[in-house]
Amino acid sequence: MYEAIVILPLLGAIIAGVIALVGAHNRYPGENPPPPDDDHAAPPVPEHAHAAAAPHAVAHESHEHPPAEPSAAGSLPAEFITSTFLVIACVLSWVAFYEVGFEGEDARITIFSFITSGDLHSEWALRIDSLTAVMLVVVTTISSLVHIYSIGYMEEDPYKPRFFAYLSFFTFAMLMLVTADNLVQLFFGWEGVGLASYLLIGFWYHKPEANAAAIKAFLVNRVGDFGFSLGIFAVFYLTGAIDFDTVFAQAPSLVGKTFHFLSWDVDALTAVCLLLFMGAMGKSAQFLLHTWLPDAMEGPTPVSALIHAATMVTAGVFMVARLSPLFELAPDAKSFVVFIGATTAMFAATIGLVQNDIKRIIAYSTCSQLGYMFVAMGSGAYSIGMFHLFTHAFFKALLFLGSGSVILAMHHEQDIRHMGGLWRKIPFTYAMMIVGTLALTGFPFTAGYFSKDAIIEADDVAKGAMSSYGFIMTVGAAALTSFYSWRLIFKTFHGEPHDRHHYEAAHETSKFMLVPLAILAIGSIAAGWPLLGLFTGEGALGFFRESLKYAPGNTVLESMEHLPLEIALAPTAMMIIGFLVAFQFYIRRPDIPVRLARDQHVLYEFLLNKWYFDEIYDFLIVRPLLWLGRVLWKGGDGFVIDGFGPDGISARVLDVTKNVVRLQTGYLYHYAFAMLIGVAAFFTWFMFSGPH
Amino acid sequence: MIINAIFFYLFAGITVASAVMVVTAKNPVHSVLFLILAFVNAAGLFVLLGAEFLAMILIVVYVGAVAVLFLFVVMMLDVDFAELRQGFLNYLPVGALVGAVLLAELLIVVGAWAIGPDVAKAIVSPIPPSGEINNTQALGLVLYTRYVYFFQAAGIILLVAMIGAIVLTLQHKPNVRRQSIAAQVARDRASAIEVVKVKSGQGLS
Amino acid sequence: MTIGLGHYLSVAAILFTVGVLGIFLNRKNVIVILMSIELILLAVNINLVSFSSFLGDIVGQVYALIVLTVAAAEAAIGLAILVAYFRNRGSIAVEDINLMKG
Repeated sequence: MYEAIVILPLLGAIIAGVIALVGAHNRYPGENPPPPDDDHAAPPVPEHAHAAAAPHAVAHESHEHPPAEPSAAGSLPAEFITSTFLVIACVLSWVAFYEVGFEGEDARITIFSFITSGDLHSEWALRIDSLTAVMLVVVTTISSLVHIYSIGYMEEDPYKPRFFAYLSFFTFAMLMLVTADNLVQLFFGWEGVGLASYLLIGFWYHKPEANAAAIKAFLVNRVGDFGFSLGIFAVFYLTGAIDFDTVFAQAPSLVGKTFHFLSWDVDALTAVCLLLFMGAMGKSAQFLLHTWLPDAMEGPTPVSALIHAATMVTAGVFMVARLSPLFELAPDAKSFVVFIGATTAMFAATIGLVQNDIKRIIAYSTCSQLGYMFVAMGSGAYSIGMFHLFTHAFFKALLFLGSGSVILAMHHEQDIRHMGGLWRKIPFTYAMMIVGTLALTGFPFTAGYFSKDAIIEADDVAKGAMSSYGFIMTVGAAALTSFYSWRLIFKTFHGEPHDRHHYEAAHETSKFMLVPLAILAIGSIAAGWPLLGLFTGEGALGFFRESLKYAPGNTVLESMEHLPLEIALAPTAMMIIGFLVAFQFYIRRPDIPVRLARDQHVLYEFLLNKWYFDEIYDFLIVRPLLWLGRVLWKGGDGFVIDGFGPDGISARVLDVTKNVVRLQTGYLYHYAFAMLIGVAAFFTWFMFSGPH
Repeated sequence: MIINAIFFYLFAGITVASAVMVVTAKNPVHSVLFLILAFVNAAGLFVLLGAEFLAMILIVVYVGAVAVLFLFVVMMLDVDFAELRQGFLNYLPVGALVGAVLLAELLIVVGAWAIGPDVAKAIVSPIPPSGEINNTQALGLVLYTRYVYFFQAAGIILLVAMIGAIVLTLQHKPNVRRQSIAAQVARDRASAIEVVKVKSGQGLS
Repeated sequence: MTIGLGHYLSVAAILFTVGVLGIFLNRKNVIVILMSIELILLAVNINLVSFSSFLGDIVGQVYALIVLTVAAAEAAIGLAILVAYFRNRGSIAVEDINLMKG
């Protein structure tokens, strides 16, 4: 069964991929397809953001665009086969969740022998325990819902088979990641989702912004992967193995061991955990390696929902949970995780306050919530972090897919300043978005309430070095989260419509899109209270058993139960404050935010430009690297290597021959002179080398 | 002994002087004449050394044939008096230096040599005392017996040289009449004689 | 004073040097080169004969005879070449002989 769960998406991807390739070949047999024009009449119709541009004449957008290119042949089978496979995998995952979680049937399924090299033996195996089961459920559920949603969303897009192939491939890679039994297999899945992310962000590859965003995502991820690889190497160096069972068994014996690096002695486990966490920072878009996530919104909305909300970005969180035996033995690393997570939570929330693109707001919200999850992980409350991962997948995917519905209704308009008053026109979507926002902000009894508050409580009781910092940041970020979420709702759905044209034409979208929204809304509410017992308190230990390790001093889960009421109510209070402020700013007195932005001009620009991180990175890293590359290319490669190598040698040969040719003057006495000099030299040498 | 020394210095001095004049004379005919003088004096040196056959051969071959040949060619080619061209001075320092080096080395060798003790045993063909056989006979005794191959080879070289000289310089002039003896001898009556009936008093027309 | 082997050898050395210098110091015409070659060969001959005389070995004179022969042949060929060259180029000034310019 478990193999089926993992293989089905791969099969779907292969089938859809073949359909896509065959279709492309038939469309353009033997030649390259012509590059499309940049205006709207050309396929594909892109989702370009109007956020930065002033609302220019939109007259040419007033009519319906018929699909400029017919859908690729085989789209229907591609969509339905992949979606069906995913649904089957989803059902099987829920069965697995029940079996593994409640019946306690952990499994370890070897598929084939992977590496046999010297002392290193590792197999390609599926490791199925409670942690895996949770992730399987999350991944397959969200993925199947996104597949179905995409049938409706990508209706006008002519390249559907390719899209579905990439989606299924991504799901396969993610499943590979969560069922990995050793670090290299995990890394394979890690890289696979990175690749799928690149392919999907750059799906509309005719758009240069999409290409740039895809490359940016891949590169920033690469930086994290570099740390991750070093971490894997360090683990191998310290333990001689890469599969989890061996590594975890040996971990306690590594406590206090140091290894010598350059001239410092670093604590081995802390270093390993920090390096591995660097990978998580990249993949989960934490502070410093976050720059790719907002730009990843260039991809289609279902992609954003699946990859950048529910699954890929949570791979980092999953990895930390999976490696909990290691992290528990490295308290400094855990503090660092808390620090980064808390900083990200606050930092992303501040930026999300002033963004104007609907998808970017939700993207920064994702970034912030991931910070929350890491705070939980770093505080030692792994199951609570997983809980938030679980619930967050639902309501964040709901928010993204709902925003996709809004975007299509407004005919590819993404700027919330151009929206308004939509609740009358698309009421169902409105209702769904309200549910999602309630869950996100932690309204009592939604799923988000339980998980998010649990994180804040866990952070409060944790005894790490960064815990108080984490507490302040997460509580503050809760208020900001509430504010910007409600801001989004108010500006999109309430008030006066700013763009009457699109407003008039707005209508609800197809059933394929609305049904997944409903399912996710149910999940956002129902995934909270019933599962509380599985993820928190005593039940968590019983549910997760060996898959999450808690060090002997880690009493977070129990202490959480005995908290003063103020702490427990603090996040709810923050939520209410945020709602009230947003209500004031955007419903009652909409002139206040405008004036505030004008008066606090510097702060506004600072937040709007993402704390100028892109500019800083460009200045500090990109430009020097480009300069270095150019120097090494022109100077090193061109001048030194080519100069001393082929070009240099050929030029020297030419020089030498040119000079040698000058000896051939044709004059007899020159030649005679040369002979004489030769004779004299020979004679001299003979004389002085002595008789022999 | 003293006569020996006087004649030696005389002959040697004139040889060297005329050698220098060969190289430096402006008129090429003068160069050739000085060459002849150098050869004659070298022949004198040979006589002093007791190799009179070789001395006479020098005169006969070198002076009588080679130098005369030089003279012929000089005359034939109508070579002008050569002005000392300007570029001469460019090469003079380096050339003189190299020449001086060469000379110095040669003289060092001359000054520092010593005949090895084993040389006496390595003599291949001892010269018989001149009372019994003269130089010519002594040479003949050795040349046609032990060194006959070299002798024949020298003959072949001369043959090749002769043919080579002819090959290089022979030109058929277009309007030179030549005889072909074979054609003349092979003439027959049919191609040589034509019988014509002549009327009396009319003659051939 | 006794004229020893060294004297004869010195004479030969000087002649040799003069001949060598004559080859490349001359700027007049090619005939001088040929004559300088003859001088060199003459110097060699003097050397051979003087060794023959002082060591009492007739081989030196035989060798000198052969050298003489070869010198004569070579002079003849050299002059033939010269004549042929002159017919083609019209000049035997050393500077005009640069057909071998590479």
